[in-house]
Amino acid sequence: MNTELGVDLLSRDDISRAIRRICHEIVESNQGLENCVVLGIPTRGALLAQRIGNTLAEIESNSKTPIPVGTLDITIYRDDLQFRSQKEVTPTTIPASGIDGKTVILVDDVLYSGRTVRAALDALRSHGRPQKVQLAVLIDRGHRELPIRADYVGKNLPSAANEVVKVSLAELDGNDGVKIFRRVEDLNKVEVSK
Amino acid sequence: MSLSNLLSIQDLDSKIIWQILHTADEFKNPNGGKPKKVAALNGKTVINLFFEDSTRTRISFETAAKNLGADLINFSAKGSSVSKGESLKDTAQTLKAIGGDIVVMRHWASGAAARLANANWIDASIVNAGDGTHEHPTQALLDVYTIWKHFGDDFSKLKIGIVGDILHSRVARSNLLLLSKLGAQIYLIAPRTLLPMGFDKDHSTLPGVSVSYSLDAVLPELDVIMELRIQQERMEGGFFPSATEFSNLYGLRKERLSKLKENAIILHPGPMNRGLEIDATSADSEKSKVLEQVQNGVLVRMAVLFLIGTKS
Repeated sequence: MNTELGVDLLSRDDISRAIRRICHEIVESNQGLENCVVLGIPTRGALLAQRIGNTLAEIESNSKTPIPVGTLDITIYRDDLQFRSQKEVTPTTIPASGIDGKTVILVDDVLYSGRTVRAALDALRSHGRPQKVQLAVLIDRGHRELPIRADYVGKNLPSAANEVVKVSLAELDGNDGVKIFRRVEDLNKVEVSK
Repeated sequence: MSLSNLLSIQDLDSKIIWQILHTADEFKNPNGGKPKKVAALNGKTVINLFFEDSTRTRISFETAAKNLGADLINFSAKGSSVSKGESLKDTAQTLKAIGGDIVVMRHWASGAAARLANANWIDASIVNAGDGTHEHPTQALLDVYTIWKHFGDDFSKLKIGIVGDILHSRVARSNLLLLSKLGAQIYLIAPRTLLPMGFDKDHSTLPGVSVSYSLDAVLPELDVIMELRIQQERMEGGFFPSATEFSNLYGLRKERLSKLKENAIILHPGPMNRGLEIDATSADSEKSKVLEQVQNGVLVRMAVLFLIGTKS
């Protein structure tokens, strides 16, 4: 996408503090981690899910079994495929213990229209029937098109529809950070209208 | 590269080949059993247009379309006596009026799918389900998917033998192109009369492809042996002296089975002529992946219809 003028919103430390807080909230609201499974939505949600899994293991270090972490690809369940050029799938990996009767904590980087999460709920159905599904996101930027909300939010970030929120994670992008961009074509329009 | 038609393996780069394989894998049911059902092609119409007999390919595409939530029309053009060009055009215009989004076509004429895609008779995307002796791309994709699930990502380590009537086989042609793109080492194993132009013992026109007139000479090296169907109707054509001789020299039989590598697999595109190119012991052995091929066919065809039907 043609963008410029990135503004830093979250630093590396902000992200790590947000993840830590989300993890404490997960433990608190589920009264422990028994019966919980963390599933990340590719690409960056899957990386965040790994980090959340690691942090949860630290917090609940006295629990006998580590919390299962997996990846849930939702591409084939999207309802907006015709409008997206990106249709690469990432292999889905569901922990061997499965999701039947479990509390599934879905993880994504940015919550926006809610369509990804809707597709994720469909995707879960082919793998079993969780007792409960919760949603953790690093950024909630608003503009929902469906009645979906997150249970755990790293940062609420009111944004304009013509802005782009980009989460970078060290595993993939070299460093951690969250930036907001405005589309260049919109900037050009602003200049013309001056 | 996005997929708008699937006419020939030649049009695919390795990125899209892997995208098809990975997408097919995503349709696999994690709990075993039937593939996942999704709504990705809701409101789209898939037309199965078959000018030639087929059971498994047609049923496979039919199942794939239904699993994706598409509407399906089966159009059997069998018995048409109109000359080829005219009939195809007329049929295409009929289909245009009906309003299909994807046409899956099998035709007896080589190049028919490309003709339908490029003649401007119809706006639908075209999937080649076998055209004459030219290509059968989804069969090759499902064979490669089956091989991938057994041996993993590195095709360059694999020696794959394609045995029998290579000259007339669209399955062999598509497999040859696809496996060659993935870097596999391929042996064409057939009598000289059943090899296409440009291939003989000392000479091959594709990288990674060599020719052997003897199955027994290369059998112990093969990771995959793909037996092709011998078409009984061609027996009188003088391509080989007798069915018995062919079976003795090129058939996969009990005594050859034990010479295969421990982890080698047997593929056959079906329908099998038991006792001719493959005997019952081999066809029903643990090494045989024939039924897996049929199951994988649905997954691969779902992936192809999905990627074509959701293109932006």
